[in-house]
Amino acid sequence: MLRLEKRPQPSRALSLSTPLIAVVVTMIAGGLLFAALGKNPFEAIRTIFWDPLFGEYAFYYRPQLLVKGAPLILIAIGLSLGFRAGIWNIGAEGQYIIGALCGAGAGLAFYPSDSVFLFPFMVIAGALGGWAWGMIPALLKVKFGTNEILVSLMLVYVADQLLAKMSLGLLKNPEGFGFPGSRNIADWESATSWIAADYGLHWGVAAAMIAVILAYILLNKHILGFNIRLSGEAPRAARFAGVNPTRLILFCLGTSGALAGLAGLFEVSGPSGQVNIDFAAGYGFTAIIVAFLGRLHPVGILLAGLLMALTYIGGDIAESQLQLPAAAIQVFQGMLLFFLLALDLLTNYRVKFAIQGAA
Amino acid sequence: MKLTKLLTSAAVALGLATTAMAADKTKVGFVYVGPVGDGGWTYEHDQGRKAVVEAFGDKVETVYVESVPEGPDAERVMTQMALDGADLIFTTSFGYMDQTINVAKKFPKVKFEHATGYKQAENVSVYSARFYEGRAVQGHIAGKMTKTNTIGYIASFPIPEVIRGINSAYLHAKKVNPDVQFKIVWAYTWFDPAKEADAAKALIEQGADVILQHTDSTAPQAAAQAAGNVVTFGQASDMGEYAPFPRVSSIIDDWGPYYVARTKAVMDGTWASVSTWDGIGAGMVGIGEISDAVPADVKAEAEALRDALASGEYHAFTGPINKQDGSAWLAAGETAADFGDDGLAGMNFYVEGLDAEIPN
Repeated sequence: MLRLEKRPQPSRALSLSTPLIAVVVTMIAGGLLFAALGKNPFEAIRTIFWDPLFGEYAFYYRPQLLVKGAPLILIAIGLSLGFRAGIWNIGAEGQYIIGALCGAGAGLAFYPSDSVFLFPFMVIAGALGGWAWGMIPALLKVKFGTNEILVSLMLVYVADQLLAKMSLGLLKNPEGFGFPGSRNIADWESATSWIAADYGLHWGVAAAMIAVILAYILLNKHILGFNIRLSGEAPRAARFAGVNPTRLILFCLGTSGALAGLAGLFEVSGPSGQVNIDFAAGYGFTAIIVAFLGRLHPVGILLAGLLMALTYIGGDIAESQLQLPAAAIQVFQGMLLFFLLALDLLTNYRVKFAIQGAA
Repeated sequence: MKLTKLLTSAAVALGLATTAMAADKTKVGFVYVGPVGDGGWTYEHDQGRKAVVEAFGDKVETVYVESVPEGPDAERVMTQMALDGADLIFTTSFGYMDQTINVAKKFPKVKFEHATGYKQAENVSVYSARFYEGRAVQGHIAGKMTKTNTIGYIASFPIPEVIRGINSAYLHAKKVNPDVQFKIVWAYTWFDPAKEADAAKALIEQGADVILQHTDSTAPQAAAQAAGNVVTFGQASDMGEYAPFPRVSSIIDDWGPYYVARTKAVMDGTWASVSTWDGIGAGMVGIGEISDAVPADVKAEAEALRDALASGEYHAFTGPINKQDGSAWLAAGETAADFGDDGLAGMNFYVEGLDAEIPN
């Protein structure tokens, strides 16, 4: 019989290795799933994990990893700060949308300007938009003690409606024959976030890398980072140490909102190209998975974001080449999170084999 | 599967790069916005794909990717199909428009066909169906069948395509029943069974006893069946599992003939960029079997209307028609133009009598 015994201290080795084990277990379970669907499991796994990186057309897929991964990483870095301090921003998707709307709106107001200040102005507007959307749950929590999980999540649906409203109204392309959606910003030289589209480089990729570095410094070298970690790991001690919870809540929700807003702005002015009803593709929610998959650690998040991007890109290739159903790929991605969380148990508990009755 | 067999296939899979497709096969790719099992829009495009397979057998290879979001993911999926050697790619949702144009620029030798859009290029054709012709027939039946004089309409997005449908259905319902009223709910989705069911229930509660839908799932049919006395129409596919009641007829998208013809053109080297907008006459829009729940005389009238639309003898938008604000749109006997100011392609206004506003 199996018994769980709490470890005196979480195992550091396991904490680092469980994400890898989870990936391997997912490959095995996913392989069984693909085999049950009548596909060659080895070919499927190879198509998902190997082909985008080293296959015949890797020259195209590798840059796509950056494009797909960058918004995930940027958002997840912001979320991880709050998550570490026990502040749960579940509404990054809404902040992402509002950031895109504010940034794109700020730019489109000056169409067809070719000023060099245009793009920086859009970046600031995008960040402010996301920040403001994140501050709503923060202020409500601070003032009235509302639950930030519920408020931030509900605001996603408000943002969704605003997005539809803007795509059909204020931001609608006046030359678009009445169809919804804004002008194409990616084609507009002075407003696009693309640096080199063929290499997958846009300002969002750069911002994600910078965010990883800054978050690392913040968490390891700065008193604020120490306070964040302390509040999450030992709330009572944090209070004795004089950490101001109000300021922490405002900082964490504001920062994660601003980063999500930036991700939205870079996406809408680059890879996505236009504000449209279907603009939000779930990055804000997927980033939650990325944050946990990366153990809330900046470098971990960087790797986790790229891994998630890989399963999306490889998943699409597998769908088209092997004609796997989309649902099978989604189950596969779900397994990854499931196994990760399940294996988390091993970090804090030890599995003991005991003979029945002997205990 | 035996372990040895698995390992052998693993060796094959890892050792050898996938052998190049036989060069004489024409490869056709399809990008779908919903799941192939949606029972509506994507289902019918997939039927079209199957028609291509059936027509050409070994000479074609078809691939598809379903549930592709309209954005950078679509661009990647198209690029990947082109890299994998597709000769012809059908992108089957309006929201793939800019992505199709972008990818087409990078692969000048690959032919693209974009559904329901308006941007053409050297290697990009556009195609759509005159669904509003089918709406005219639905409107006629709906106007005759309603007892509460309230017709519910589940709309997806306020784009010209959908607005044309509402106008056409309203005009023809009003023609046979001057007291008829339309209640319109915007679902802001093409496919979301839960939302569609909610919309249907809300409309039924407001007294609608006929429901028209411009969304793709069968959820409104199920809601109507549960209500017991509400008439529905199949959308995009026949939805025949709800016949003879509540589903009394349907608009069927029939992409098969077009897909077969375009694939043939690629094989023969005669493919050229075109803009196709076909209706009942060309067979791109089908009217599903009108069930016996509809009185025989109404059925006969509806079929006559269908045939008149098919032969071109009657146009679904024939004046006199005023716009909602009372200004004149079409003079008596005048028919609507496809393009230009106030043309059908960019229709963004309701006709006179509709008591609703287009959201913007």
